Amino acid sequence: MAQPTTNQFIKGLWQQNPIFVQALGLCPALAVSNSAINALTMGLATSFVLLSSGVIISSIRSLIPREARIVSYICIIASLVTTVDYVIKAISLDLHKSLGAFISLIVVNCLILGRAEAFASRNTVGKTVLDSAGMGAGFTIALLCIGVIREVLGAGTLFGIGLFPDTFQTWTIMLLPSGGFFVLAFWLLAIGLWNDARERSAKTAEETA
Amino acid sequence: MNLPLQHLPTTPVAMYRAIVGIGMLCALLIVGIYQATAERIAENEAQALAEAVAAVLPTAQVLRSIAVASDGGIADVDASLQKLPAFVGYDQSGKLAGVAITAAGMGYQDTIQVIYAYSFSDSAIVGLRVLQSLETPGLGDKIETDPNFVANFEQLDVSLSAAGNELAHAVETVPNGSKEHPWQIDAITGATVSSEAIGKILDTSAQQWVPLLVRHREQLIGAPEPVEN
Repeated sequence: MAQPTTNQFIKGLWQQNPIFVQALGLCPALAVSNSAINALTMGLATSFVLLSSGVIISSIRSLIPREARIVSYICIIASLVTTVDYVIKAISLDLHKSLGAFISLIVVNCLILGRAEAFASRNTVGKTVLDSAGMGAGFTIALLCIGVIREVLGAGTLFGIGLFPDTFQTWTIMLLPSGGFFVLAFWLLAIGLWNDARERSAKTAEETA
Repeated sequence: MNLPLQHLPTTPVAMYRAIVGIGMLCALLIVGIYQATAERIAENEAQALAEAVAAVLPTAQVLRSIAVASDGGIADVDASLQKLPAFVGYDQSGKLAGVAITAAGMGYQDTIQVIYAYSFSDSAIVGLRVLQSLETPGLGDKIETDPNFVANFEQLDVSLSAAGNELAHAVETVPNGSKEHPWQIDAITGATVSSEAIGKILDTSAQQWVPLLVRHREQLIGAPEPVEN
């Protein structure tokens, strides 16, 4: 059996990025990316659930009958989300307030159940840890990419620190749900163009060789 | 390369073992984390409330938690058991500093909960903090941050009518820039629903509390029984 490789980790960051490539978990990604701190907290909370549910499911995969697997996975994921919910409440009520219902909704984030079914239930704990950590980091980075742009343009701040003089006119639309769609579309376009350019240059290099 | 699913053949014992076992472990995890964090969460909630009371009643040193009694009077109660607690504040010399009252009502998206300070000497609301709100970021959430809107609550008139059983003028929200009277709230442009919600919450709460507080003022001036804050 192949040993876990760092490639398992890296693929989640770029090639199979959960948001920019797989387009999974878009609902929380658009809803709570209105500030960098919300995006970071949501990303970390989702990564924690992804990683710990992956480890648990992968460790007990041989004890779960096929017919009972989905209910078992959801039960484990929901318990871990409840844990995160209480921990965030204990750390900061303000943070919990700003994330609203979206912490509880991590339970139905298709990224987590998707990785449990497609990867953790079929692979060793070591490989699952790398895969989950990569996917979690990819999700967090993507959320931050959206959150930073929305906060800077929409509120003129980054992580709550003012960046512009008082005369800066904030783009309120960036903080509204439509702003999330605009920024996501911008990133998808930028990544698409970059991929195209890379493919073209690879082709040219091949032809000249 | 993914491996094929390595699941057990389905037998009743395997099903029970998996579902009951996982269910029990999950229940233990939830109860454990609840027990571990309950104290801290209660502390955070109490601290947030205490900070809000201190912000609206800055001179208060001793607090006394009150509620409307079943006979229509005022009774001392345990604030932690109240859904919308109210606190009478006394300054360092034991003089009545004012009353901090929590109130709630429907906003644009969800319930807005606020705490405001009532001053007997000014017959006015002299401070307001939003405790809980899920108003639209960038628009409705300005009820907490817009300096012009917050200024409405530095001196919002809630004096009583001659009969003393209701406010002389209902608290009302008026379109931005058209405030003429001290009992009016200048709305935020682009957040009319949230601004009106605040006006409605304050009017409903003040109509209930202010006549009661004025009627029982003597009872409140009496030696306070300090409550844990």
